[in-house]
Amino acid sequence: MNLTLKVWRQPNSETKGKIETYKIKDVSPDMSFLEMMDVLNEQLMSEKIDPIAFDHDCREGICGMCSMFINGEAHGPDRLVTTCQLHMRKFKDGDTITIEPFRAKAFPVIKDLAVDRSAFDRIQQAGGFVSINTSGNTQDANAIPIDKHDADKAFDSATCIGCGACVATCKNASAMLFVSAKVSQYALLPQGKVEATDRVLNMVNQMDEEGFGNCTNTGACEVECPKGISLENIARMNREYLYASLKG
Amino acid sequence: MAKLESKIPNGPVAEKWTKHKGKINLVSPANKRLIDVIVVGTGLAGASASATLAELGYNVKTFCFQDSPRRAHSIAAQGGINAAKNYQGDGDSTYRLFYDTIKGGDYRSREANVHRLAEVSTNIIDQCVAQGVPFARDYGGLLDNRSFGGVLVSRTFYAKGQTGQQLLLGAYSAMNRQIGRGKIQMFNRHEMMDIVVIDGKARGIITRNLVNGNIERHGAHAVVIASGGYGNVFFLSTNAMGSNVSATWKIHKKGAYFANPCFTQIHPTCIPVSGDHQSKLTLMSESLRNDGRIWVPKKLEDVKAIREGSLKPTEIKEEDRDYYLERRYPAFGNLVPRDVASRAAKERCDAGFGVNKTGEAVYLDFASAITRYGKEQAHVKGLNEDDPILVKKLGQQVVRAKYGNLFQMYEKIVDQNPYETPMMIYPAVHYTMGGVWVDYNLMTTIPGCYAIGEANFSDHGANRLGASALMQGLADGYFVLPYTIGDYLADDIRTGPIDTNHPEFEKAEAAVNAQIEGFLSNHGKNSVDFYHRKLGKIMWDKCGMSRNEKGLRQAIKEINELREDFYKNVNVPGKSNEFNEQLAKAGRVADFLELGELFARDALERTESCGGHFREESQTPEGEALRDDKNFTFVSAWESKGNPSKAKLHKEDLKYEEIEVRTRSYK
Repeated sequence: MNLTLKVWRQPNSETKGKIETYKIKDVSPDMSFLEMMDVLNEQLMSEKIDPIAFDHDCREGICGMCSMFINGEAHGPDRLVTTCQLHMRKFKDGDTITIEPFRAKAFPVIKDLAVDRSAFDRIQQAGGFVSINTSGNTQDANAIPIDKHDADKAFDSATCIGCGACVATCKNASAMLFVSAKVSQYALLPQGKVEATDRVLNMVNQMDEEGFGNCTNTGACEVECPKGISLENIARMNREYLYASLKG
Repeated sequence: MAKLESKIPNGPVAEKWTKHKGKINLVSPANKRLIDVIVVGTGLAGASASATLAELGYNVKTFCFQDSPRRAHSIAAQGGINAAKNYQGDGDSTYRLFYDTIKGGDYRSREANVHRLAEVSTNIIDQCVAQGVPFARDYGGLLDNRSFGGVLVSRTFYAKGQTGQQLLLGAYSAMNRQIGRGKIQMFNRHEMMDIVVIDGKARGIITRNLVNGNIERHGAHAVVIASGGYGNVFFLSTNAMGSNVSATWKIHKKGAYFANPCFTQIHPTCIPVSGDHQSKLTLMSESLRNDGRIWVPKKLEDVKAIREGSLKPTEIKEEDRDYYLERRYPAFGNLVPRDVASRAAKERCDAGFGVNKTGEAVYLDFASAITRYGKEQAHVKGLNEDDPILVKKLGQQVVRAKYGNLFQMYEKIVDQNPYETPMMIYPAVHYTMGGVWVDYNLMTTIPGCYAIGEANFSDHGANRLGASALMQGLADGYFVLPYTIGDYLADDIRTGPIDTNHPEFEKAEAAVNAQIEGFLSNHGKNSVDFYHRKLGKIMWDKCGMSRNEKGLRQAIKEINELREDFYKNVNVPGKSNEFNEQLAKAGRVADFLELGELFARDALERTESCGGHFREESQTPEGEALRDDKNFTFVSAWESKGNPSKAKLHKEDLKYEEIEVRTRSYK
């Protein structure tokens, strides 16, 4: 199929960006979206145009490095997939596709479609851990039985890949879904309960410092999350936060 | 020339590690504060090593090329992690894990290292659970296990099909705690360009900041390479797009021997190639072989009808299906090791039984597992076990709970529903057992330079068993390196900070700049990927699942020509002082073009078949791999002499004190 692509081009964080239009021919429906971008880049290079920068690595939907806002949706029109797992069979011959970076004050553009998401790392550094040393001299793993339902829920929260689709989708650029997924994982497990108070306060504090917006419960983040992280996590984090604030 | 001393401690194999730990030098807590350690890579090995070294008190500088340490490709490991916990009471033990790993590696790994790995395996599970890693549990609240290929016990711990993700995020969280404390300085989007060796010791690295192109110098008292494997030399592999050999290749060129480069793992269950545009391949976890049965049609006319689309696999009768693994290997069936399963798939496809358009695919079928689980659930719930629709529904629920994300991934890529029709799979490059040669302390032949995880060669011999890569990465990083590195650093407590103005730093930096300038001013006609794809094709056709002398000689010649052409005609657009992915890729492909040749030379040298290395000249009448223990019970360790065609082969003889070397049989 033949497509028209409108792509955000921005040489670096200091220069203003703009949309450029490119045509691409003979796209196979079996290609992934990023493979289509590879083909486009080969074409641009042969025309002496600077190839489009975009983040990607594992190309199997788990590393969280790929981003892209495609036709107004984070990771494009398909549900429960990242851009690398989006396939061209979701588009039709003759379509025009608009491709932009994930936009948020806390995610400055590095170049074209690549953005800086290190704010996410700093939030994790503020409290996304259990404070035990890695000496291996802990108790036997089966000495801590955990209710299967809780363990499964903790796992579901822990599957967040940190891509930032929730932030890009949210009209307030809120990172609540991302932060609450980690807070929930540990809040649901006995290992995480010991320092639950400090964790939620520190992580929320860092989130605010990074310039993410507030949550107004529209639920758009949940819809666009490639891993199906649920809004329940935000509710749980709010409870944890309230409890921690009262406890002081 | 560096000497090849494995430094394996004396005494019975089961006591070596304990005794060794008791004897090696330690660095006092006060002195650890004076010592800097660089870690390159943040996968399981690099992240866990960084965290533990920082906890111990060293000043750690950690580097990754991705935008966050959490992106390292360990994240994509699916199936599980082995540990000799014997929670299932099925006869597992440290010894059995040790034995299975040696046998699985086809008797080409180092006994002492493997035993140590089996010993610390149980600590890993304890550690990860304490960190809050959400492993799968049963209804009693205890940890669940599954089976992997090449073993007869259930010792694999898992978190659905995302075990690697959960373990890596655990190690990442431990790192984050230390970054927050200031004990780890983290450098995201930084690529290691070279190692700096001063007076024979590793003293730092040169890096390139991938965002602004700045070339930086970093000094340290020791350098730990945890940059993973080199499967991307095949262009198409299950590795991430950015996975590369450059860090290990740079240290090789500065004096680290490279061991067993030809030992590559071709994983039997990957999604087949769909077209020329393909940029990478996707694995379907080995855990699927617990419940999936592998088959092709028995009749060629059925194959033809399937390819034409006039017959569906579900319409083929049971007696017309060839469950070839169950047929050839009754004892292990669908759970034979990966090398065996891959070759068997190739054998059937080469004979014309491949089930997709390209003729390179076999079926992985869950229908019987769905029925089996469905009946069990119907029985538990007191429902009608003979109602096929109900049984299918209940069975699908069980399969979804076990492998849901893998089935979803398959459906998104192939656009077929694997609950209703069998998956199509074919082998693909997945892991490299070969890597940097290290001694028992995980130190390379450059004093002060260590290699851990997939980057080294030591634990998996000629074939790695499933769920052992995660085990080795974390074992090296959490529990082995942090001890052994102290033995070396104990002599460095008076050294003081490393001076990055030393002429060796200047020299290394100048060489890095010269290479970058060379690429950017070349203005050739072909893109970097053009060369990478060509190299990949040579490797896959001539150094892939089966190899022979003629093909390998040709591969060496073709790679040489390709490399020459690359430097003449490669086109790298853009500038050096910007985010320039093509430039980064060019450096990586340049190193793959050298490694590829050494790989082929190693494969040519080893005229036996063993594990994943199959030489057509060396097989049994039934087509099984035929080892030559008399002549090849050694590790090949290559010393760089500039050009890979001049690399010099050294041999480390492997001595088996504990385990009797036997023909590997899974029949």
